[in-house]
Amino acid sequence: MNSKLRLLVFLTPMLLFIGLGGFLLTGLFSDPTELDSALIGKPVPNFELPDLYNPDRTHTQSIIGGKPMLINVWATWCPTCYQEHSFLNELLATKDIYIIGLNYKDDSRAAAMNWLQDLGDPYQINLFDFSGLLALDLGVYGAPETFVVDSKGIIRYRHVGDLNARVWREKVGPVYYSLFDQ
Amino acid sequence: MRILAFVLSILVSISILGAVQAQGEFYAFETAAQERLYNKLSKELRCPKCQNQSISDSDAPLAEDMRKKVHEMVLAGASYNEVVDFMKARYGDFVHYRPPVNASTIILWVGPLLVALIGMLFIFGLVRGQKKGDVVLTADEEAKLAAALNKHSQKGSN
Repeated sequence: MNSKLRLLVFLTPMLLFIGLGGFLLTGLFSDPTELDSALIGKPVPNFELPDLYNPDRTHTQSIIGGKPMLINVWATWCPTCYQEHSFLNELLATKDIYIIGLNYKDDSRAAAMNWLQDLGDPYQINLFDFSGLLALDLGVYGAPETFVVDSKGIIRYRHVGDLNARVWREKVGPVYYSLFDQ
Repeated sequence: MRILAFVLSILVSISILGAVQAQGEFYAFETAAQERLYNKLSKELRCPKCQNQSISDSDAPLAEDMRKKVHEMVLAGASYNEVVDFMKARYGDFVHYRPPVNASTIILWVGPLLVALIGMLFIFGLVRGQKKGDVVLTADEEAKLAAALNKHSQKGSN
């Protein structure tokens, strides 16, 4: 009995150490820039933003919902958005995905319009968020970011960083398609 | 002496740089309480873009937007909790430098206490174990002990 107790006394710190070591080891491989969105399960915040092409036209939250869709946050000052853009075009062309573009604090309306003209416009609706109002309410902290929204307008997933074939196949696509089964 | 002057001049230029940077942005307040609240909040809110910097520290455009929002809310009469809750609703608990006590952060709060407690218990156990029970010698050991003591006292008397 006594020797068992001694063994326990000496093994406990060892086990604690291994546990702590394992916990810290997983920390090495986690990406600290990937934050959970506080808005998962919550509706897209109310907004009132002008159209990118037409300053006189205003969009509100009524454009959200009705069917599963993506909201893609982008800007011309964002190099990763440039990388991402051809994949967004592909999503529209091959899979007919409904994407709303949220132009986030861009240098100018003209710069954003030129970009879409040159690279193609994968967005069904283009929102122009010059002061970052909606982006702030969405908790956007960088571009690109993509939100997956269900037909009731509830945010189901947020991806930070560029969308590409791998991210679509492994993360965003499955969430998006699961929304059609409900 | 020369080195001292060099170090001093560097320190002075750094502090001037800091002052110039701080002047880049100026927020007006109606009351001193509002200004205190703003200063407290901008030091406690973390910039989600440039992690490990508070929004008062950071030069990122996002931090600037957040400072603007905090200033706006403070001027509109928002309380400390209202501003913190507003930011948390958007950026998550991460945005506040004081993590809340909940299931995923409980280890942060009680962990150090727990480790100290375990350490104290361990030491307490060790000390108690040392005191426990008189040592009983066998007859053979008694004889050896007596012989050794005897030798020692003889040496001492010489």
